Amino acid sequence: MSEAILVAAAVLGVLAAAAGLALPAGRRVSAAAGLTLLACVAAGWTGAQVLVSGEPIQLHSALILPLTGVQLEVGPLGALFMVVTAAVGIGATIYGVGYASHGLGGRTAAAALPIFITSMLLVPAAGSVATFVVVWELMAISSLVLVLVEHRNRAATRSAAQWYGVMTHIGAGAILLALVLLAAHAGGQSFTTIRAHTAHLSRPVRTIVFLLALVGFGSKAGAVPLHVWLPKAHPEAPGPVSALMSGAMVNLGLYGILLVGDELLGGGPGWWWLVVLGVGVLSALFGALHAVAASDLKVLLAYSTTDTVGLMLIGIGAAGVFAAAAHTDAAAVAMMAALLLLVNHAAFKPLLFLTAASIQRASRSRDLDQLGGLMRRLPVTGPLFLVGALAIAAVPPLNGFVGEWLLFQSLLHGLANATLAIALAVPIAVAALALTAGLTAATVVKAVGIGLLGQPRSTGAAGAREVALSMRVGPGLLAGACVILGIAPMAVLGALQPVAATLVSATPIQILRPGVGLKLAGIPAAIYPAWLAVGILAAVLSLAWGRRALGRRGGPRPVPAWGGGTVTPTPRMAYTATSFAEPLRRVFDDVLRPDQDLDVSHVAESRYVVESIAYRTRVTDAIESQLYRPLLGAVTWWGERARRVQNGSVHRYLAFGFVALIVVLLVAG
Amino acid sequence: MSLHSFVAAVLRRGVATEERAPPTADPCLAGPARRLGGSLALRHVDAGSCNGCELEIASAFGPTYDLERFGVRLVASPRHADAVLVTGVVTRNMADPLRRTVGAMARPCLAIALGDCASGCGAFRGGYGVAGNVDSIVPVDLAIPGCPPRPEAIIDALRRLTGQ
Amino acid sequence: MNAAGAGGVAAIAVAVQIALVGVGAPLLGGLMRKVRCRMEGRAGPPLRQPLRELRKLVRRERLRPEHTSWVYGAAPLVLVATSVVVAGVAPIVTTRSPLAGGADLFAIVYLLLLGSLFLGLAGLDSGTAFGGMGASRALTLGALAEPALLVAILALAVPAHSSSLPVIIHGTLRHPGWAIGPARVLALAAFVVVVLAESGRLPFDNPSTHLELTMIHEAMVLEYAGPDLALVTASEQIRTAVLLGLLMTVFVPWGVATSSAPLAFVWGAITLTAKVAGAGVALAAFEVVTAKLRLFRLPELLAAAFVAATLSVLVALVTA
Repeated sequence: MSEAILVAAAVLGVLAAAAGLALPAGRRVSAAAGLTLLACVAAGWTGAQVLVSGEPIQLHSALILPLTGVQLEVGPLGALFMVVTAAVGIGATIYGVGYASHGLGGRTAAAALPIFITSMLLVPAAGSVATFVVVWELMAISSLVLVLVEHRNRAATRSAAQWYGVMTHIGAGAILLALVLLAAHAGGQSFTTIRAHTAHLSRPVRTIVFLLALVGFGSKAGAVPLHVWLPKAHPEAPGPVSALMSGAMVNLGLYGILLVGDELLGGGPGWWWLVVLGVGVLSALFGALHAVAASDLKVLLAYSTTDTVGLMLIGIGAAGVFAAAAHTDAAAVAMMAALLLLVNHAAFKPLLFLTAASIQRASRSRDLDQLGGLMRRLPVTGPLFLVGALAIAAVPPLNGFVGEWLLFQSLLHGLANATLAIALAVPIAVAALALTAGLTAATVVKAVGIGLLGQPRSTGAAGAREVALSMRVGPGLLAGACVILGIAPMAVLGALQPVAATLVSATPIQILRPGVGLKLAGIPAAIYPAWLAVGILAAVLSLAWGRRALGRRGGPRPVPAWGGGTVTPTPRMAYTATSFAEPLRRVFDDVLRPDQDLDVSHVAESRYVVESIAYRTRVTDAIESQLYRPLLGAVTWWGERARRVQNGSVHRYLAFGFVALIVVLLVAG
Repeated sequence: MSLHSFVAAVLRRGVATEERAPPTADPCLAGPARRLGGSLALRHVDAGSCNGCELEIASAFGPTYDLERFGVRLVASPRHADAVLVTGVVTRNMADPLRRTVGAMARPCLAIALGDCASGCGAFRGGYGVAGNVDSIVPVDLAIPGCPPRPEAIIDALRRLTGQ
Repeated sequence: MNAAGAGGVAAIAVAVQIALVGVGAPLLGGLMRKVRCRMEGRAGPPLRQPLRELRKLVRRERLRPEHTSWVYGAAPLVLVATSVVVAGVAPIVTTRSPLAGGADLFAIVYLLLLGSLFLGLAGLDSGTAFGGMGASRALTLGALAEPALLVAILALAVPAHSSSLPVIIHGTLRHPGWAIGPARVLALAAFVVVVLAESGRLPFDNPSTHLELTMIHEAMVLEYAGPDLALVTASEQIRTAVLLGLLMTVFVPWGVATSSAPLAFVWGAITLTAKVAGAGVALAAFEVVTAKLRLFRLPELLAAAFVAATLSVLVALVTA
């Protein structure tokens, strides 16, 4: 039954793509969206079924792929990712219906979007190396096509797609190498065979496979220093696509790390996971710092994705480190924290990207310094964005909070009987978690406060109108998920518990204590998110009632903002995103390395009288400029040298062939 | 000065504030006084003063007179204020800002004219830059005479509002 | 005791804690103002003056800058609500309330963060230059205070193996050595700096400044009037009181009610009042002799607090 539905999901996805390709413009979008929705529901249902029953699904067909055949296998881990991807897919697809008129209505886009979603649904279902690599590549290529949809309008899109294409294929190469190495040494390419033989692999092989997988999947996950494509490609992609890339595709990078590291290799030495934890700390801090400095709304969200991925990697790394130290309870909690962060990320990040796209469409800009005043003009989108923003700031009663609480608890619990490495790593991880939280709070206030509140800073923002219904429904569903996951995390944690337990230990572990609140077994740690929510709500309502009852009749009297008695404040006087972040940029100038130019020109008559002052500041990605630019420079340099060899002369080419033949004969002989 | 010697000096010196007789009730200000309930937040506007009145205000809030003990505070925004405390004759440039300040305050709000210039233009009457006295710009509820008024006069007048 | 009885006691405990903090916080503000005045050689206003100010503000008119959204009106409510919830769940009078186990130190930090977020949003919503400036500065300091705070919490939680406050308090009561150990002293140093930063006291922020350019907290609330201002002021007082209460309860837990006996409960309320009043007097005296630091010197102070907290964790691990 479940097998049939999984196949149906794949078939529906293909049909959706066919519909997008073949139908006329009027019906194309709705037909493709409807079929994609069905595919998502089917895949989500299959995943949920596996999670609930615990029975993995196995499927094999030799008909589809030549030579190897297709092998599908949905275990608990894959099922979790299927459900999460399906949920994001549903939100983004609904949104896409309304968004289609903004550039996703073309034949290519309408066909590529279902392929992208379906391939993401199938990645966690792949059961062999060949199947995995094929769907993975399908996902990479279809997303690349979708990033390029708006390339005619913006040159930046082409450059972003180049970065994305190169990075994703470097990653794919590393993944291919890792999986092929595994398959070669295990003597078979299905994951079941690999799992059975993995214990006999030599240590260097295991280490090389793990590190290659970390590089390959880390680049997809946007982990520092392989994140450079992310703040370029996510902002340039159309709204639903960036939501899918950030909310679902990035998660699949983490799925890959879990698949290879935990499922296929069955864990490893502690230092592997210390590396993962270190990458996590770096990503979290680097992402959070760049997010706070960014003034482009979608770039800000993209860096915030790197930040959240960093937190998940901290959780995964901590789980591995604790498991290697035979600290299974703490490892299980850490893994559950990482998985919960992942589920949360899949709820709030697509929500933010979708509402950001609505904001961009409504006000014709995504530069925070051109927005403002939108909370009043977009009465649904504005509050939805606020919900997502508060969720990434990890404040109760929204879902981000529970994830970070769990991560903190696992780190605290892991400190008991700590080895030296753990004793040093955990405080650093906690500090990173805390600094990230603080910086994200500032980021959120900047994004919402500058972007949505205050006075409109441009005519586009002043004339913004609320977006189409489906563009409110899609994000609305995701916002509802944020609230429910925040108030009743037990619902999903119960499903995460067996997944987390199987990843870190062979025997089942009890992580949660049953009950209304979130209570951990083995540690005196509990919170009652629902009670906190009720408390806050009750306090807000009673205070609002008190303010109304005790105060004077009628609402507040609107008055012009106070400008010191001489002027009424204009938007030009208000703080911008750049000025808001200036203190933090100054504090962290070693990392952010802001470029600043100050040109003061004087009038011709006297150098004491200033005619104009121009101030420019720009925050560049230090890793891009310090690591990638020199690398690209070197590649270009070698390319230039290599071109001398290729000058178009047929004689020379014949000589090359002759020399090559001689060399081959000499070597072979 | 080290912390220790500072604390020693504080203890040796004690409280410098002078005692004052209880306030006289003013029937004209009974309504506002009841509404204020013993707390008065002032927004100070210098509408064109010679700064003599400012010195006396500063002195009234100093240790000897300590106006704050009667519940009077100077605040940083007209939104926070119950009354605007205007010093000096109103100059042309300050007439509009004064009106705006009063307009920016939550209602009901009071206007207090401090010093002879504020009440009746004083020595500046008829000056080319003078727009008039405070009452000609915003209605004045309480005038404190003197050029400049002594701190005792300021305190006694404001205590009629705070009732403390 | 039967379940209903225990529930009743718990409800009373929470209500009393909230009421004690609600009424005590303005009085604490009055006390600190009095100490400050006395040290300056002034008589100072009576202790209940902040209550009078709140009563007056509640009766006044509400104002709203024209372009503001609902966030502007909601911010004071959220600000007070989070402080009140913290006052309810933190076991500052008794560790016996069921809510006390429902929110640990980590949750309390994030609850207070929720309030700070809304205040920052309100500052930006007012659309004035000072609102944005205050929000930017407050969140910068908040971001930098967070690592010191959470790592200090980790240091407190290590010996108790829990970040739950009742567990930490019971542990300290059982092992008084914890309270004077080097780990605690270092954590205390970090905590005090963070409390100064989070409650906007000197040397971070001058609560009585009139110069807009030196303001942090005040700059964000320049536009609020009447009942909204009363809420903001009250939240500021409650926040200071709660933070001092937490500080005293965690580091000097003696007196906190650990049983459901009514007498223990009354004693808990009395000792809490005394401890917080003592901390308030010390804080006010410290403020008289301290100058505000330059904004860009403050990160160094917070970094020092972070280092102290990290050392505290390491010391706690070594001595554990």
